[in-house]
Amino acid sequence: MIESILFYIFAGILLAAAIGVITARNPVHSALLLVLAFFNSAVLWMLLEAEFLALVLILVYVGAVMVLFLFVVMMLDINVAGMRRGFARYLPLALIVVAAIIVQLALVFTSDQFGAQMLADLERYPADYNNTAELGRLLYTVYVYPFEIAAVILLVAIIAAISLTLRRREGTRHQNVGRQVQARAKDRVRLVDLPRRQGEGDK
Amino acid sequence: MQEQNTTFTMPDFLPALPEMFLLGAACVVLLADLFFPGRNRGLTWLLSLVALAGTAVCVLALEVGEHGVMTFSNTFVLDQLAILMKLAVLAASATVLVYSRHYLAARDLHRGEFYTLTLFSTLGMLVIISAPHLLTLYLGLELMSLCLYALVALNRDSAVGAEAAMKYFVLGAIASGLLLYGMSIIYGVTGSLQLDEIAAFIGAQEERHLGLVLALTFVVAGLAFKLGAVPFHMWLPDVYHGAPTPVTLLIGSAPKIAGFALVFRLLVEGMEHLYVDWRDIFILMSVLSLVAGSVVAIAQTNIKRMLAYSTIGHIGFLLMGFIAGTSEGYSAALFYALVYVLMALGAFGMILLLSRKDFEADNLDDLRGLNARSPWFALVMLLVMFSMAGVPPTIGFHAKLAVLSAVVNAGFLWLAVLGVIAAIVSAFYYLRVVKLMYFDEPQDNAPLSGGIDMRVLLSSNGIAVLVLGLMPGALLTATIAAIP
Repeated sequence: MIESILFYIFAGILLAAAIGVITARNPVHSALLLVLAFFNSAVLWMLLEAEFLALVLILVYVGAVMVLFLFVVMMLDINVAGMRRGFARYLPLALIVVAAIIVQLALVFTSDQFGAQMLADLERYPADYNNTAELGRLLYTVYVYPFEIAAVILLVAIIAAISLTLRRREGTRHQNVGRQVQARAKDRVRLVDLPRRQGEGDK
Repeated sequence: MQEQNTTFTMPDFLPALPEMFLLGAACVVLLADLFFPGRNRGLTWLLSLVALAGTAVCVLALEVGEHGVMTFSNTFVLDQLAILMKLAVLAASATVLVYSRHYLAARDLHRGEFYTLTLFSTLGMLVIISAPHLLTLYLGLELMSLCLYALVALNRDSAVGAEAAMKYFVLGAIASGLLLYGMSIIYGVTGSLQLDEIAAFIGAQEERHLGLVLALTFVVAGLAFKLGAVPFHMWLPDVYHGAPTPVTLLIGSAPKIAGFALVFRLLVEGMEHLYVDWRDIFILMSVLSLVAGSVVAIAQTNIKRMLAYSTIGHIGFLLMGFIAGTSEGYSAALFYALVYVLMALGAFGMILLLSRKDFEADNLDDLRGLNARSPWFALVMLLVMFSMAGVPPTIGFHAKLAVLSAVVNAGFLWLAVLGVIAAIVSAFYYLRVVKLMYFDEPQDNAPLSGGIDMRVLLSSNGIAVLVLGLMPGALLTATIAAIP
């Protein structure tokens, strides 16, 4: 009972935050509302006893991804008004498309093959059951092959990102760290003997 | 799931030997490339070829029985079909490397990343080919696609290339999302990620499960995006056109075999009981692809775009094999995929041979009078074009014949008639290339580029189109044996 109440509270905040993300006029507000949405979905996972995933969601998405996102949003000059141009013009078409999608999905999901009655009751584990340990065990035993492929995908992402961004262009200034480190005082400072002119020393 | 809690036996690593070797070799190439001096990437090129050859040896060394072996807790399968497709993918990737070296060296594109990313995308294809599990299937697809997205953007100074990479990336991500959404519904309904368990679940259902049909729709849409079937084909011409030609060659060849594997594993091995549902979608896509591929290609003046539309048409033929829904049809589709890759390698290889520093031979006019410049390579191109058009005695004729007879035997005579009409219409633009080569005056008389390795391989590619067409028995038998 109490769980249902908690679920509806957090799910309600989640939906409100998600709507706020796409309707907020200020991009920074959107990003912060997205943080709120992530927090609430983490709580929903917690209600399902998936505590590891809940914590990872907060650590990775809120901690790393959203901070990066906020930096980018603050650095870019996003023209919200420009992006909203044509809103009224496309609205009727968008509404028709959305209505069609909703009707289609409703037809499928209201059929007797979907719904809560199709799902088994949530299996409650004893208090000493360790979700994290179980995930780790499965990852390194049963799912070790997909796990390794995921690792290769991350390696490829690194290679691709570096190969696309690291390049020498004409006209860009870049540091040559090796030369900087090897520089000595005599490369930077030149001592010159200036002959003294007649009459200057009198002043 | 519960019994796995207590017992876990070490998986048999041997069937995955080719993947492990290729992964190790790709990492060696990645590291070794950093130490090779200067702009000369010849050693990287050689090492990559050795890596692919070594992988092929590993594949050949493996023995599988009648039903294949599963390992890694049923996330990996090795059967006859996998061995045949892996060898084809490795051969195609090696050919891409041989054809590309000269083109890349003449431009500022000859970087180690081209080779490492090509090796990693080949690894992704091998993973797809041996995937009996939704998770491995998806991860293999992502591994392959991610490398290809980056490769399309390889030429950073080209605006067309950046646009193509962006389109490819965004549409590819949407396709992956559709596929993943479909897979998640399948998992929700059947409770399993393993394709044979999914098939058993669907087979045990008395009536058709609506959720599975919903999932199937998403999966087929995702697959159609990846294959480039109409109406999910919009990215294909732009990507073929915008990517550097060696990358177009790569995208247009080996991934088509992986695409066949993807469709076969997902729809035939996993959801054959829903055949009637996906067949109808496939019929629609096949008809539209045939029409678009044959008609729109006529209007193209850029060879790469023309070949992109020709790919769409060929995908229409490939889908026919699946529409037939019989073992005969599946092996015909596999045969078609292998033959298409052989022809695509020849056609794009010719563009690479004709281009040189600061000159892309990607317009139809650049082929004018090729016969006067090099009678031999004009003949090779003639063979490839005849094969694409399906003119006997080239191999393309047998490929079309196999798919068409499969659909006729399955009772779709009208589809076969449409296929023949599309083939005749598309023959126009293939034969136009032949006309340009033989009956027009050359516009430039620069000698052909390309090293001896490329010339020899391209020649044998052209000869293979003819010789396999005269003696298609061995390849046909292999494809029939591969499909149980």
